[in-house]
Amino acid sequence: MSLSKDEVDRIARLARLAVRPEESAAVIERLNRVLGMIETMRAVDTRQVEPMAHALDVVQRLRADEVTEVDQHVLFQSIAPAVERDLYLVPKVIE
Amino acid sequence: MTWEIVVGIETHAQLRTRSKIFSGASTAFGADPNAQACAVDVALPGVLPVLNQAAVELAIRFGLAVGATINRRSVFARKNYFYPDLPKGYQISQYELPIVQGGTVPIALPEGEKRIALTRAHLEEDAGKSLHEDFHGMSGIDLNRAGTPLLEIVSEPDMRGAREAVAYARALHALVVWIGVCDGNMQEGSFRCDANVSVRRTGADAYGTRCEIKNLNSFRFMERAIEYEARRQIAILEDGGRIDQETRLYDPERDETRSMRSKEEAHDYRYFPDPDLLPLVVREENIERIRAAMPELPIQRLQRFTQTFALSPATAAIVTSSRATADYFEQATAGASAEAAQQTANWIAVNTNAKLNERGIGIEECPVGPRQLRELIARLIDGTLSAKLAKEVDDAMWAGEGSADEIIERRGLKQISDVGALEKVVDEVLAANARQVEDYRAGKQKAFNSLVGQVMKATRGKANPAQVNEILRRRLG
Repeated sequence: MSLSKDEVDRIARLARLAVRPEESAAVIERLNRVLGMIETMRAVDTRQVEPMAHALDVVQRLRADEVTEVDQHVLFQSIAPAVERDLYLVPKVIE
Repeated sequence: MTWEIVVGIETHAQLRTRSKIFSGASTAFGADPNAQACAVDVALPGVLPVLNQAAVELAIRFGLAVGATINRRSVFARKNYFYPDLPKGYQISQYELPIVQGGTVPIALPEGEKRIALTRAHLEEDAGKSLHEDFHGMSGIDLNRAGTPLLEIVSEPDMRGAREAVAYARALHALVVWIGVCDGNMQEGSFRCDANVSVRRTGADAYGTRCEIKNLNSFRFMERAIEYEARRQIAILEDGGRIDQETRLYDPERDETRSMRSKEEAHDYRYFPDPDLLPLVVREENIERIRAAMPELPIQRLQRFTQTFALSPATAAIVTSSRATADYFEQATAGASAEAAQQTANWIAVNTNAKLNERGIGIEECPVGPRQLRELIARLIDGTLSAKLAKEVDDAMWAGEGSADEIIERRGLKQISDVGALEKVVDEVLAANARQVEDYRAGKQKAFNSLVGQVMKATRGKANPAQVNEILRRRLG
């Protein structure tokens, strides 16, 4: 299995990654090497193995429903590029 | 050629927790922007989500209420997309293994009950809010809502037309509020519905191509949006056109749906299990504990009221339309006769609900408590009050003038059922209205009604109407 240029372009767009045309061939080659590794793993017969959703065989611990956080927006917003009226400002987005 | 409209509904119900699904920030509505967005909610590097036990329990409670399968093991997944109000770049949701699978929601239709099948209900986090007012060409982001726990409830495409879709949405809304998993406040966005609408030729097996309609923030808009969308699709198909699967936004101002900017890859969310969260395992004893604490459900209560008091299905549906209404009815009828219960149910359905609607309040805030209504109905049944006088007493009770008996006493409103007294009034009226008497004898029925009116007027509405009729007929006969 290997990826085409179109597929890599599409994945890059979905991931908001800017792949320059001159990088394209190298990125495709590296991604295909990763897929090659997956191919190797697929050679192992796993029919008797139950699929896992997580590498650790333990289950989720739950948190009591309590409010434990205080308002720290001033601190958090001190690293934001733009803030107004306590809102984070971002380039305009309209659906 | 006729068309069948097929609708499936996706609902986002905000779960009633104090804190968020993966963080200890408050979920209270209406805080200052970003005051309730902690490091997890704004997705600062290095933070980890920790699942809220109450959100899990509320999801299970919903699953039990709709008779669904509670998956003993469920998995959280990342739904990947970029939008500024989703700072992580993914929403934590459930995909392959949701916590709730299957189940049904019964809806009452004029032609009888119909059961709408559910596909699934899964836990997920809400996104923040984008404000597009003018910030010098920028958008403002408030992340208070980010991380609020949601239960996304997905129905099968079981509804045929807008009316059934609205009946389902109302029934689901009543249920989630009833069992206390959601506050149901649609203005605050606690209960949001999207509708998947398609049309097909009547009798066809295959579904048509569907469009998803968003922004249905009231039941009325939902009805109008589905009707508009079905008309739009039918018009395209009848012109020989083709429906494109897309997401459309309902605009209540123009009463139409509009295509949202859609890119073909917009729906490629690349789900995968979230490595930050372990599989959620629900223990048997927890399910049983939640089951034991479940309140009597709307459908069970409706059946009990119908059986105990011989209420009509329509009336029973009205008094079980919310848990508060059912509690009110229950208190007003404890130990009452079937007749009193029927009168009470009708009174709530007609008079109480009209007054509540007028004032825009819920039955919890009704100034006339269930015990007061009980007394009023008792006076109606024992003949002290006519229906008309009962309304007058009710008005006075709403105005805070005291109990039914106090008002009857103070205003001298007792219905006159004493035959001697009524005969005296009737004779006076006949003597004063010789012309109508003559008209009646000449065969004019209207004249009789006018005479009844005169008697009622003379007694200031207190005469027992049935007796007045009888005496008049005897005198004129």
